[in-house]
Amino acid sequence: MKETTFKSLKNLSTDHLLASGTAICAGCGGLEAVKIMYDILGKNTVFVNSAGCMTLLSVYPFTPFQGSWLYTAMACAPAGAQGIRDALDVLLNKGRIQPEEDLKVVVLSGDGSSYGMALSATSAAMDRNLDFFYLCYDNEGYGNTGHQSSPATPHAARTATNSGPFGYPGYKKDLFAIWTAHKPAYAATIIGSEPLDLARKVEKAMSLKGPKMFIALAPCPTGWHFDPRETVEIGKLAVKTGIWPLKEYLDGKVIHTKPPRRRIPVEEYLKKQGRFAHLFSPQRDTKQLEEIQARIDEYWAEAI
Amino acid sequence: MTRRLLTGNAAAAWGARLAEVDYVPAFPITPQTEIIETIAHWMDQGEMAGRFTTLESEHSMITAAGSAAATGTRVFTATSSQGLLYGMEMLYTVAGWRAPFVLMNVSRGLSSPITLEPDHNDILAARDSGFLQIHCATCQEVLDSVLLAFRLAEDDSVRLPVIVNQDGFYLSYTREPVEIPDIEEVRKFLPAFDPENTQFRAGEPRSQGVAVLGGAFYSYFRYEMHLACLNTLSVFDSIAQDFADHFGRKYGILETYQMDDAEFCFVMAGSFATKAKNAVDLLRDAGWKIGLVRPRLIRPFPADALCRALTGIHGVAVIDQNLSMGKGGILYTELASALYSSNSNSPLLVSYIGGLGGRDITREEFFKMARETRHAVETGKVPLPRLLYTEDELRQMRKLQTIAHAPWG
Repeated sequence: MKETTFKSLKNLSTDHLLASGTAICAGCGGLEAVKIMYDILGKNTVFVNSAGCMTLLSVYPFTPFQGSWLYTAMACAPAGAQGIRDALDVLLNKGRIQPEEDLKVVVLSGDGSSYGMALSATSAAMDRNLDFFYLCYDNEGYGNTGHQSSPATPHAARTATNSGPFGYPGYKKDLFAIWTAHKPAYAATIIGSEPLDLARKVEKAMSLKGPKMFIALAPCPTGWHFDPRETVEIGKLAVKTGIWPLKEYLDGKVIHTKPPRRRIPVEEYLKKQGRFAHLFSPQRDTKQLEEIQARIDEYWAEAI
Repeated sequence: MTRRLLTGNAAAAWGARLAEVDYVPAFPITPQTEIIETIAHWMDQGEMAGRFTTLESEHSMITAAGSAAATGTRVFTATSSQGLLYGMEMLYTVAGWRAPFVLMNVSRGLSSPITLEPDHNDILAARDSGFLQIHCATCQEVLDSVLLAFRLAEDDSVRLPVIVNQDGFYLSYTREPVEIPDIEEVRKFLPAFDPENTQFRAGEPRSQGVAVLGGAFYSYFRYEMHLACLNTLSVFDSIAQDFADHFGRKYGILETYQMDDAEFCFVMAGSFATKAKNAVDLLRDAGWKIGLVRPRLIRPFPADALCRALTGIHGVAVIDQNLSMGKGGILYTELASALYSSNSNSPLLVSYIGGLGGRDITREEFFKMARETRHAVETGKVPLPRLLYTEDELRQMRKLQTIAHAPWG
């Protein structure tokens, strides 16, 4: 694989392809990831969207994209991508379009769709070795409807449907493991606050044919309850505490691309977010905090 | 042109082959499966150029059909019953994309109880989706309707997807002699698909299926779909005439049989109408002035054509092979609404439900429906909607219930 063109932040475009002024919330961590990824993929793309926050990117008659867009429904964006890819292939094979008219097909879905309703369609797209990109912006809840718990919600987080003293009782589903069990061409976890890592991964994936799967942790000011200016800091803490491991899957192997050298305690990440405030006041919930920390420690003990 | 014995399923596959479709997204379901197996075989053997993709559900299948059509290819797909309902969200969605394609539905009763044989509750559940609906009565009509459907779907004034319906088992698995048109003649009737602005290409960015906020903007797009659907009524005859010029078979929006001097008639859709035709022949032998009206188009609903066809008719037995729970027959309801607002001297309507889950409608039942309708006209008393069921059927049912409720041991 050729050397990366993204050696330092200077190599990243500051002039974004995606226009500003969308209906997306201030400080949206998902939009941060979309912006960086779009700069690299370029405008010869068609984004195939499922129901979620990003559906509001394209509201008639406006779009921030310089390329194309198709909204499908919540469960079937990968099937929409399949139809477009198949159609473009047929048109290319029959000589009805020229290779320079071809497009990259990019699924853009939230965690509600990706971890749940669209899992069957995503699994099947990987079974068929569909040549596409998949970006899941994971804000760990049904964000667009006011942040109810989704299968991506982390343990103990308060959501619009978990307002009790213990928050969400479940545990965040390991979608990366589910995806990589399908042996896709490429899979990676990313985050907008680590743009170089993100850019290198997208760049690497672009040289591969088949399913190229990305999960971007998307710090969400409105759902996680923090000030929009904290998005980047919270993203960085997610990586430094090890709660969001940055990794990639290629040729059957998982490599951690940015393992924290000295993991800082997860509570540094948790206490910045209102959804975890009940773990710190009126009194400290040491048991919950220790359990969350233990799960992270366990992950990294196995990973390295 | 060749003439062969084909099942309705094979006729549907031939329609797709002759339309030279680019893409067939598929998912198997009884009684549709033979259609996609036949097409897959032709593509594997290189007899059909294009791509066949098996999706993991009908929801995804209809999505892929819509998105491939929105990319500018000619698309054919097929399903039945539960599959059509599983994909219902996407039927409504892709119709709004205004990307024309053809979906063959092989009618089958809906769960529950789960069953295999046909009625029209599956296809009629899709009647408000924006898809046009063509209902077939013969295997020849199945093949021909696929070609007509592509012309209608791709017409500039319509640009909507089409469902062609055939009845499971009675057509899907029944062989009838079918004329297979020559491909050169089909190409003259149905030229290559021109997607116009419905496509995705590098260098020509397009947003499709975007959100609309605000009821007035939303209403505009929904009204446009409705008006486009209605446009079918004005272009149908000229497309059907063009079809007749090429292939010698003329299809009307309605099929009318023995209606010239008729005083009574049956109104029904689908292949069971051929049973009604037979009953009409026998009743005419016995001196009845009776005929049959069979709507081919159900969407758009051919209200004017039906009102014209039923002008001067005294009584109509409307036979619905469907049942809207808590209301009754769907065709009856729609026909009544069309006649109520017409100026003609409307006939009296008597509503019958029959043929659910493939239940036969016998000759004797057609005779009885004719007699009841005549009696209603003579007395001015319209009977309540009738659910066709014989004493013998009830006896058979009681036997099953005895077994089902038998004590253990």
